[in-house]
Amino acid sequence: MENKLNTSARIDWCPGCGNFGIINAFKQALVELQAEGLLLENVVLLSGIGQHAKIVDYLNVNSFYSIHGRSIPPAEAIKLANPNLKVICFSGDGDSYGEGIEHLIFAAKRNIDISVIVHNNRVYALTTGQYTPTSPLGFVGRSTPSGTKELPLNPLELMLASGASFLARSVSTSIPQMKTIFKEAILHKGFALVDILQVCVIFYNMYEYYNKKAYELKDHNFQDYRQALDKIREWDYNTDAPIATGIFYKKEAPTFESRFLLQANKPVLDKEEKIKNILDAAV
Amino acid sequence: MDDISVLIGGKAGFGIDTASLIIARILNQLGLRIYIYRDYPSLIRGGHTFSIIRAAPEKVFTHRENIDFLLALNQDAFNFHRGKLKDNAVIIYDSDALKIEGLAPGQKTVELPLAKITQEEKAPEITRNTCIIGSFARAAGISWETAEQVLRKNIGKEIDLNLKIARRGFDDAKELRKIDAQKQKPLSIITGNDAVSLGLIKAGLKTYIAYPMTPSSSILHFLASKAEEFNLKVLHPESEISVMLMALGSAFMGEKTAVGTSGGGFCLMTEGLSLAGMSELPVVIFMGQRPGPSTGLPTYSSQADLHFVLNAGQGEFTRLVLAPGDPEEAYYLSAFALNLAWRFQVPAIILSDKNLGEGNFSFDLDSLPKIEEEGPLIWDRKTPYQRYLNTKTGISPLAFVPDKDAVIKINSYEHDESGITTEDAQMTKIMQEKRLRKGRYLLEEIEKHETIKVYGNKNASTALICWGSNKGSCIEVALGLDLKVIQPQVLAPFPLEQFRKAVGGSTKLICVESNATGQFARLLNQHGFKIDAQILKYDGRPFSFEELQAEAEKVL
Repeated sequence: MENKLNTSARIDWCPGCGNFGIINAFKQALVELQAEGLLLENVVLLSGIGQHAKIVDYLNVNSFYSIHGRSIPPAEAIKLANPNLKVICFSGDGDSYGEGIEHLIFAAKRNIDISVIVHNNRVYALTTGQYTPTSPLGFVGRSTPSGTKELPLNPLELMLASGASFLARSVSTSIPQMKTIFKEAILHKGFALVDILQVCVIFYNMYEYYNKKAYELKDHNFQDYRQALDKIREWDYNTDAPIATGIFYKKEAPTFESRFLLQANKPVLDKEEKIKNILDAAV
Repeated sequence: MDDISVLIGGKAGFGIDTASLIIARILNQLGLRIYIYRDYPSLIRGGHTFSIIRAAPEKVFTHRENIDFLLALNQDAFNFHRGKLKDNAVIIYDSDALKIEGLAPGQKTVELPLAKITQEEKAPEITRNTCIIGSFARAAGISWETAEQVLRKNIGKEIDLNLKIARRGFDDAKELRKIDAQKQKPLSIITGNDAVSLGLIKAGLKTYIAYPMTPSSSILHFLASKAEEFNLKVLHPESEISVMLMALGSAFMGEKTAVGTSGGGFCLMTEGLSLAGMSELPVVIFMGQRPGPSTGLPTYSSQADLHFVLNAGQGEFTRLVLAPGDPEEAYYLSAFALNLAWRFQVPAIILSDKNLGEGNFSFDLDSLPKIEEEGPLIWDRKTPYQRYLNTKTGISPLAFVPDKDAVIKINSYEHDESGITTEDAQMTKIMQEKRLRKGRYLLEEIEKHETIKVYGNKNASTALICWGSNKGSCIEVALGLDLKVIQPQVLAPFPLEQFRKAVGGSTKLICVESNATGQFARLLNQHGFKIDAQILKYDGRPFSFEELQAEAEKVL
């Protein structure tokens, strides 16, 4: 069944790229969701620009291959046009934590029911190796040969403060965990962000490091904001610390589309008459 | 007295805008045609703001410099405009707030102690303008019944108190200069922006997305207020970048969508505009111009963004650019823009400005040709779906999510017919040609409609060429000087055949524009026309009739 999800496009990721883990886990999640009743025609995938973004070319699903940092605004409009759709954005750390960060913050603030999967490799790979908003202090890249002079941001902390109602993290090597989280994120009613620590074998190979530091959350109450915040703050994307993975936070909250005027999707009756009435009132 | 001008002025926050509309509607009841020029600074309270209401037996689209009635609520209103008073002007003023001196013998005054009147009636300060309206009606020989009827219709709050105040103003004045009624029915008085909103609704608008920016915000406000009535979705997201990208998401779902902004916001939209070109997602962009560069003069008018909208966005793609000259054209061309954007899957830009957008005009829907909503080319389901199927016209049939038989793929990268990224040389060429080919068919469609308008003496050897809101002043000046006026409504793709015919035997071409470098003249140069003279205005204000006439006489 996963084969039906393939397209004719040649896959252009480097051997060993963390994106393979992500696409495989995502396909598994889709297949399982289909088995549970999801219709594939009700899925729309979006991506920005970066190595992550090619994923939509490799999946035979409705898609909107957007521009850098801008997968989220069209995703929101698509959800508003038809709230029954499952709208999923693939994004990168340069894409959504950098260029398009305002859209991420506003989508979380609205708690609109879309899922954002961030391929966070903490480096600009497609543009051949510059620092990103989540690269650690002192990161040596082609635009910062003597190391960055700024601290990374903690995207999950930012998202929690912005109003996201589902927050999770995984590592691109943990396919079963990613699959489970993707499914949960897609099924969650509200804004979901999944931060995937993606290994870039060419420009920032953190394979060993994540292997050593990552652990799965246990006995964690994801409905507790305080606990979520503490676990999110355990690692600041900069200094050495254990890296928690799994679902940090999940809360039921009203979504933007449920509060929005959804009668907008119905046809208008007596349009001519109504236009005439407006004009008559302006005599 | 055929053609009269009423100027009402005061501080921002005095309700000048509302008062001017009420005065216009009173004059409208006399069967007069209306134009209101609004001049206000970019601030909330204070500063000098004024409106000129012109009323005439025929439709008018420009203001006259000389004033018949001055309604002054502060000293500035007198000091700034006294030089424009006609010899027989009537000045109605707040005698508690300003002093008037040095009037000509034929000029008459009505003194209204507005502080005293409002205190006695325990009325809020804002009602001073209601009082002065009452006096105006009396001074102009308009019946109390007419004034009362319009006030009732236009004032929502405390109507009884307002009527009492207006009546005191009416009683304190006497008839000084009677304005004659015309035997024709009153018309609606709306702004160019209202007309754009209604035209878009007429052609099937579903979604309007905008970030507030003068002078386009009134479309956002109007459509938001009518959202329920017309089942519209009206969104105000975080930035113009988001506006444009959301619009494309909404178009992807098959919703007819428009956005609105001014130059600064349009700067942010350009990456999305280029994406619209590449992804072939239809969107209508309303661009209300104001003077730049940068923040410029936010509440004034300009035509300096013509080449910006013609060329904005990286790469080469087909776009439609329309420039309405009055609200009736704004209505019609907005509907036309939405139809063509969807038929040809291109971005369509309605290029307006503050003068047209925020000015008020008499509007007659019945005078317009009928225009109906048109749909896009839809997939016939006979062959497997390909979003970018390469066809003869370049137009690919559409399918919309969810469709169990179609996978719909939109792409910002160069792509093949199925929407998958490609860097293949041959495919790149094919797809670039496909997108540009739509422009040829779009032009063919445009040439079927009369989109280059000709007015005045059609055989005159000299023609004034104008676009957008200068239409009205040019026509009026041309009538007096026996000239031809040529007004293109479509600026891209440019209907060259029609334009050539419109020029006909004219040997002297004069371009009239509200910018400093003659942008339309430059466009005509590119199309091979020699422009003999240019009349340019770039102070943010519209041409008055007298000003344009004087400028035209200089270059004739």
